[in-house]
Amino acid sequence: MTGAGFAALLSHWRYRPLQLATLIVGLALATGLWTGVQAINSEARSSYARAAAALGQDTLERLQSKVGRPIAADRFVALRRAGWLVSPVVEGTLRLGRIRVRVMGIDVFTLPQRATPIGPSGNAGIADFVAGDDLVLVHPETAAALVDRDLNLRTSLQVAPGSLVADISSAWALLKRQDFDYLMVAPNQPDGLAPLSEIAPDLKRVAPDPQGDIARLTDSFHLNLTAFGFLSFAVGLFIVHATIGLAFEQRRTVIRTLRALGMPNRTVILLLLAETVFLALIAGLLGVVLGYFIAALLLPDVAATLAGLYGTSVPGSLALRPDWILTGIAIAFGGALLAVGQGLWRMARMPLLAPAQPRAWAMASLKNSRWTALAAAALLLTSLAMAWLGGSLLTGFLILGTLLLGAALLLPTLLILALRLGARMARSAMAEWVWADMRQQVPGLSLALMALMLALAANIGVGTMVESFRNTFTGWLDQRLASELYVSANSEAQAEDLRAFLSERADAVLPIRTTEVEIGGLPVFLYGIADHATYRNHWPLLERTENVWDRVADGDGALINEQLFRRGGYRRGDRLPVAPGWTEEIVGVYSDYGNPTGQVIVNHDKLMGYFPDIPKLRHAVRVPPEEASAVAEALVEELGLSPDNILNQADAKRFSLTVFDRTFLVTGALNTLTLGIAGFAILANLLTLSTMRLSQIAPVWAVGTTRASLARLEMLRTLALAVLTWLVALPVGLLLAWVLLAIVNVEAFGWRLPMFVFPMDWLRLLALAMIAAGLAAAIPVWRLARTRPASFLKVFVHER
Amino acid sequence: MSVRFLALLIVMTATGALAQGFAGLGTKSEGFSVPEPGHTLVFPDDHGPHPDFRIEWWYLTANLNDGNGTDYGLQWTLFRSALLPKADNGWSASQTWMAHAAVTTANRHFSTERFSRGGIGQAGVAANPFSAWIDDWHMTSRSAAGEDQLAALHVTARGLDFSYDIKLTASGPLVLHGESGLSVKSASGQASYYYSQPFYTVTGKINLPSGQVEVSGQAWLDREWSSQPLDPDQTGWDWLSMHFDDGSKLMGFRLRSRSAETYTSATWIDPAGKATAYGDGALRMVPGPTQRVADREVPTVWRLQLAERDLDITIEALNTQSWMETLVPYWEGPVIADGSHRGRGYLEMTGYQ
Repeated sequence: MTGAGFAALLSHWRYRPLQLATLIVGLALATGLWTGVQAINSEARSSYARAAAALGQDTLERLQSKVGRPIAADRFVALRRAGWLVSPVVEGTLRLGRIRVRVMGIDVFTLPQRATPIGPSGNAGIADFVAGDDLVLVHPETAAALVDRDLNLRTSLQVAPGSLVADISSAWALLKRQDFDYLMVAPNQPDGLAPLSEIAPDLKRVAPDPQGDIARLTDSFHLNLTAFGFLSFAVGLFIVHATIGLAFEQRRTVIRTLRALGMPNRTVILLLLAETVFLALIAGLLGVVLGYFIAALLLPDVAATLAGLYGTSVPGSLALRPDWILTGIAIAFGGALLAVGQGLWRMARMPLLAPAQPRAWAMASLKNSRWTALAAAALLLTSLAMAWLGGSLLTGFLILGTLLLGAALLLPTLLILALRLGARMARSAMAEWVWADMRQQVPGLSLALMALMLALAANIGVGTMVESFRNTFTGWLDQRLASELYVSANSEAQAEDLRAFLSERADAVLPIRTTEVEIGGLPVFLYGIADHATYRNHWPLLERTENVWDRVADGDGALINEQLFRRGGYRRGDRLPVAPGWTEEIVGVYSDYGNPTGQVIVNHDKLMGYFPDIPKLRHAVRVPPEEASAVAEALVEELGLSPDNILNQADAKRFSLTVFDRTFLVTGALNTLTLGIAGFAILANLLTLSTMRLSQIAPVWAVGTTRASLARLEMLRTLALAVLTWLVALPVGLLLAWVLLAIVNVEAFGWRLPMFVFPMDWLRLLALAMIAAGLAAAIPVWRLARTRPASFLKVFVHER
Repeated sequence: MSVRFLALLIVMTATGALAQGFAGLGTKSEGFSVPEPGHTLVFPDDHGPHPDFRIEWWYLTANLNDGNGTDYGLQWTLFRSALLPKADNGWSASQTWMAHAAVTTANRHFSTERFSRGGIGQAGVAANPFSAWIDDWHMTSRSAAGEDQLAALHVTARGLDFSYDIKLTASGPLVLHGESGLSVKSASGQASYYYSQPFYTVTGKINLPSGQVEVSGQAWLDREWSSQPLDPDQTGWDWLSMHFDDGSKLMGFRLRSRSAETYTSATWIDPAGKATAYGDGALRMVPGPTQRVADREVPTVWRLQLAERDLDITIEALNTQSWMETLVPYWEGPVIADGSHRGRGYLEMTGYQ
């Protein structure tokens, strides 16, 4: 009995393969996008963890200069001779042909044991690293890019991509240096050593960082991705829900028969559950495969974005990791059960022999729609309240979630209201029928239309944010990168030569002096600048006191960047604790896009008075723009400066904009995919509706309307619904953009952006929406146009 | 001699070491000098390093007692290993240094190690005035200028859970092993330069987790350098130095081989410091019952016979678990002798898998 019943239930799918395909593809798409995003996040996180663990940085204390100077080589020897178990590290970046690499030089003799993978206990012997062998450890991916280099490479998966690990002597040769950036401190030290505060008062101990700066900095980026992944999943779930609901309704007769034959309701429900689990398993596996391909496709862009934004290195290739594979399948199950839950619930309470008629279903949905409208209103109010209260990044995303869900739930009600208005304007019986029939269609299509609305709103919102950001960013770059050349020296002696050399060739050589301080427990970069028109005329200030530049020039005030301003909750005029025993009034706030950390700008001389040891190496150089490249060449050829030490304004701008565009490439791709899913949802719904609607269309055909004009009307109706949906999506999208710009960006990155609107993009989206809906309607309409008259007649034969 | 060959191990990867005899001591010596017969050692110069030889060590072992008569063993070793046969040059590390320190009691064994490259001052040896150091460990001469630089020493070392600070005074002359300091290690002629100062009396302090103890006793310093001291077939060795109660001393070793008989060598030193060398076969070293040490079987009891000196003794480890948990591990610890002669000394065993 149970077996036969199960077979009877399953036979539904045999007769409706398209519906089965819709269900599985819908669930697989939803799972796929979600899994893809998770796979990207997982790959990036594992890469951060590897970077954080490189050389034991996650477990080992460091000793570094209090003012950010390098540590002389003999300081290391002196500390060892005093008994301290320390080990030196030199770090730097290097351009090798096409790629930039991070070089880490280590002392293989004194490396603490936890600083695997190298050293006496690691996979290579000491001798391989020194005495002319100069072994360099690299990730296999990096090695592939360096094959033509004259380096003794050995691959190691322990090394982060984009990094080279070598002995101090080899690293020094590559970086052209003779000193260290910091000393690693072994976790256990012998007793009875002289305290470091006595023998190395200029060095500070820095606690190990189990998470790593990178993971922290990129958190908001990954949260963004996750939010989009979730949105895609939600859109996909709408499809599944609609399809499963429909399948339930269509199988009402089968179920009625099974029940009449004596099968208990519980058994029927269990059988349907088993069917769901089976389908979810198939769809989940498909989704994970799909997710893998999506992630593999997007990962190179994400990697480039992360490298540009945060300087992190994530491999461009994807590893299969059980975490996202299992989550993917689990979420497919969760989604399917969520979608089937409502149907099962309704069925469990439905009268035994309730008639299965489309109109009855629609009427039931209509009654439901009052509740959904109420729920929508509640969600929108919640969203408003949260926007009012504000607070955190999570709140930001919750606002987005409630706004989108609320708007989606409100959509059917809005559409029906709009259609009622339309019906009032109807002048002929035919027109009245068209309006009424559209209204009749809304419940069946509502989930697909909701999905379309979400996709459109997300497109408008994200597009507006990205374009607003880009506009602001481009203008800001022009202001911020006002100097023609940025030049750094390798040593103080070279810096002096450099200044002497430039004094005759440049209009101005502006010192850039910087050191790291701690404000409110977080690292902040403190800059000293000289008074110059370059700053007075160009620097992008968001807030300013009167005479702001005079006050900075007099050493009577500090400028801070927007990130620090917002994070610290400061107001203009507050006093900022710059360093122990030094506070400065905040006289201005400047925008500082793309920078994850806080910044403070003070008078150059005041900074150098306070931190006399800051290296004097970096300079901004003002020259007539047409002479910039000649001066840069002269610096290389006459002064012998490495080209890597010179950055010209045009290159810097181009690089920044490239990074910017790549950053939002991924968002754009996810957006397009979401829109694609919504289109598919409409197709799925129209397909299933088309068979059911035959009984409603047949009388209209019978009174003389041709099949062709019926098909035309059908197409028009779909397009009209798409336009109406777009009209609703527009304000929702703009609200979304506002939330992104004014709440999410502020919380995630620490800057607020002005909002610009781009009506041409909206029209483009309208066209896209109509194309998507039109394509989705094409098959059902074509089928309608080809329906044999006999089929129409059968409706009357089978009239229930 | 002794382990001491260990120095080379830092040159080798773990697999390389297994493939080429213990700690890579069977490797070839291209470009390096090799010990030659007829060479005369010159002091104080030869107290200092010989960068054109591949390996070298300054190896001190001491048998000590505290006021209650409790036995202690103490080790301080500095190994030099050359990657290239030239003196140090900045950070390029043609010379490398490794040091071991240990303290042994009847039931505890403390050991630690340090590494450094040459040429940067973190580790090194100066001949006159004599000083050998790595990090804050050192072995420094307390002799006046013009005297033998090894006649009086100050030695310190420090690990995470132990440290010591001892002063040594020699009551006898330096002793050259083999033929005027040329000590042959195999039938095929591998050899090293090898001399000792076995006549130290020691006073000083040892710090252990249980507290500080004042100690005194005897110590033995070995100086040895070579470029290829082992035949490639030789897999390890058993070496010992003995202070007998009558004032005489014995150095002996046995080299084990895959393909040939074991190779033995000995030096008998009378209380006045007169040395007599004995070639292969004169000294008989027979391992007794083994102990489970660090997951392997190691003989911690030996029978030693040297017929020419009417010597027939059994030596037994003070602590059978005197295992050096260092990069390349080995057994090194104090022993007590009974039989025709009574006394104490140090035993070293390497190459036990």
